[in-house]
Amino acid sequence: MTSVPVTQSSAAAAAAETDGPFLQVEDLKVTFPTEDGPVTAVQGLSYSVEKGKTLGIVGESGSGKSVSSMAVMGLHDTKSAQISGSIRVGGTEVVGLSESRMRGLRGNAMAMIFQDALAALHPFYKIGAQLEEAYLVHHSSASKRDARRKAIEMLDRVGIPQPDRRVDDFPHQFSGGMRQRAMIAMGLINDPSLLIADEPTTALDVTVQAQILDLLQDLQREFNSAVIIITHDLGVIAEMADDVLVMYAGRCVEFGTTKQILTTPEMPYTWGLLSSVPDVSSSTDARLIPIPGNPPSLLRPPPGCSFHPRCVHADKVAGDLCSTQLPELLPASSGTAHLKRCHLPDPVAVYHDEVLPEIAPELLEETR
Amino acid sequence: MFAYVVKRLISGVLVVALVSMAIFLLFWYGPSSPAQPICDRETSNRCTPERLEVYERTLGYDNPVYEEYGKFVEGVFSGRTITIASSEYECAAPCLGVSFRTKQPVKEELVSRMPATFSVAIGGAFLYLLFGVPIGVAAARRRGTVADKALVSSFLFISSIPYYLFALLTWLYLTITFEVPIFSDTGYFSIGENGPFKWFTGLFLAWVALGIFGCTQYTRFTRGAMVEALSEDYIRTAKAKGLPARTIVYKHGLRAALVPVVTIFGIDFGTLLAGTIFTERIFEIQGIGWWALEAVQGRDLPVVQATALFSAVVLIISNLLVDVIYSVLDPRVRLS
Repeated sequence: MTSVPVTQSSAAAAAAETDGPFLQVEDLKVTFPTEDGPVTAVQGLSYSVEKGKTLGIVGESGSGKSVSSMAVMGLHDTKSAQISGSIRVGGTEVVGLSESRMRGLRGNAMAMIFQDALAALHPFYKIGAQLEEAYLVHHSSASKRDARRKAIEMLDRVGIPQPDRRVDDFPHQFSGGMRQRAMIAMGLINDPSLLIADEPTTALDVTVQAQILDLLQDLQREFNSAVIIITHDLGVIAEMADDVLVMYAGRCVEFGTTKQILTTPEMPYTWGLLSSVPDVSSSTDARLIPIPGNPPSLLRPPPGCSFHPRCVHADKVAGDLCSTQLPELLPASSGTAHLKRCHLPDPVAVYHDEVLPEIAPELLEETR
Repeated sequence: MFAYVVKRLISGVLVVALVSMAIFLLFWYGPSSPAQPICDRETSNRCTPERLEVYERTLGYDNPVYEEYGKFVEGVFSGRTITIASSEYECAAPCLGVSFRTKQPVKEELVSRMPATFSVAIGGAFLYLLFGVPIGVAAARRRGTVADKALVSSFLFISSIPYYLFALLTWLYLTITFEVPIFSDTGYFSIGENGPFKWFTGLFLAWVALGIFGCTQYTRFTRGAMVEALSEDYIRTAKAKGLPARTIVYKHGLRAALVPVVTIFGIDFGTLLAGTIFTERIFEIQGIGWWALEAVQGRDLPVVQATALFSAVVLIISNLLVDVIYSVLDPRVRLS
């Protein structure tokens, strides 16, 4: 394979930046070979994110949220993961891109911050050294002093007090929230156009969570980057996301604007996610409504709709359609941008009559 | 850290004192009189009860044990005169006794044998680290491949051979059967008297044996530690930063994997310095290990006592060093 001249690819990137989304994923499929056979962790996944916009990806553990984002970053071991489909970052196709060119994008055009900052930062190196390293690898002409100045500047920007002193601390000397701030500073040090935040607040106290989310929003406005936020917390989605992608067993089961997903969801799995959110304002006697059962094995996914064994509304679909035929991802009734993967003939009615009374009766009264 | 080291040194001295007492008591209350070996030796195995009584009296074995232990300790700090039957021997501080066989102060012989043992230990450890760690890293990077599996199983095979057998076979084949010139004359030759070449060739086979055998173990330690380190979250972060593979493996992976390897090495090396009995015996190196072996065979109690004490001291120091190095390598470890 011959390498594409740099001028040409950067021209392509510039063209894509002006028109169309910065990240475009099409028909992504990720398969891992295991001793028990191949496991398809993600399939048929398509989405796009524009600069300045935030996409929220929700789903249970093992639904393929992280696997798909790791594929965007090219973090899977190419020897074990088989990736097909198309991922275009700023106009550059990254599926099948050489490791050296991928390296140039990683941490530079796109960056990722991880859930557990204590584990994700190297315990033996100072915070500053880790930030400087991230800067220097993509700025080969910069001096060590430039990098240090930049590291202090970024720590200051993410709200770490006395950054010129704390830069010489080790990760274990930081609090949980500060570590996540440092992680964000490291992710943003090269001004990436795409930031993937993989459950950035899961390991944090609730009060700190809100601060981190605020910070991410501020920084997004400042850097005008495209953001993907991976979470299982619908509160985070409501706060942060413009669009929401609901994933189940490696597939997109519902996609729409945050308003559409939170107010007029049409897929029983999304209803289940909404039902299992505790409501602070409701009485303490109110019961949480969990989704019954467990996520399916990706090794032997159930036939038809992957959610049907756990779906309480499968009986409303004629025949055994749910257990034999995989529903297509089709436009929902609330608008063309809203997509759902479900056989239910009239989901709006079911949601109004059966789901809403259970989870938010007060909302029901408003709409009537 | 300084306070910690001082504290550890003080407790180390206490341990040495306890070890010396334990050794002293073992001999004192052993199955035969502590004077029996020297009496047998001096009288050509015609040690009558009357003669034994003379040795016991002159060596002080008829005194209470604490009194004699007190004299031993005094000798360590200010030297003493040791009487065996009708002869007197001067033993300068630090006096560890007089050898029953050579009648020389034990300390002097201990010091004279240190270079041989230290040469064996340092050379062998250098070789096994030099090969073991990089091979372990390479295997960890290729984990699961045919090359990795072949390497791991063949190394497991070598390290499951008892070391004395392995060393003996090395010597038998390389020196005797194939008469490889560089391995022909094993033993310790001091650099000062015989020149560096003779020193090198004399010890080379011992180093090779120790090196190969240790290399198989250090490959396994390093591989295990590396596989674990490379699966850590911070390695994923390093990748996500766009760092080159080499930086990820060495700067981020090996840096973390070295901590357990250094810990094992510290203890291993201490054991080597305390005397490598098999290596010294098989390759005819006049070091501390061989000396200890001879002393046990000849019931040379002062020498046995001195070598046991010496290995206690070396192990205590190497343990302390491991803890200090550990705190330097891992900033999360606070010594207190």
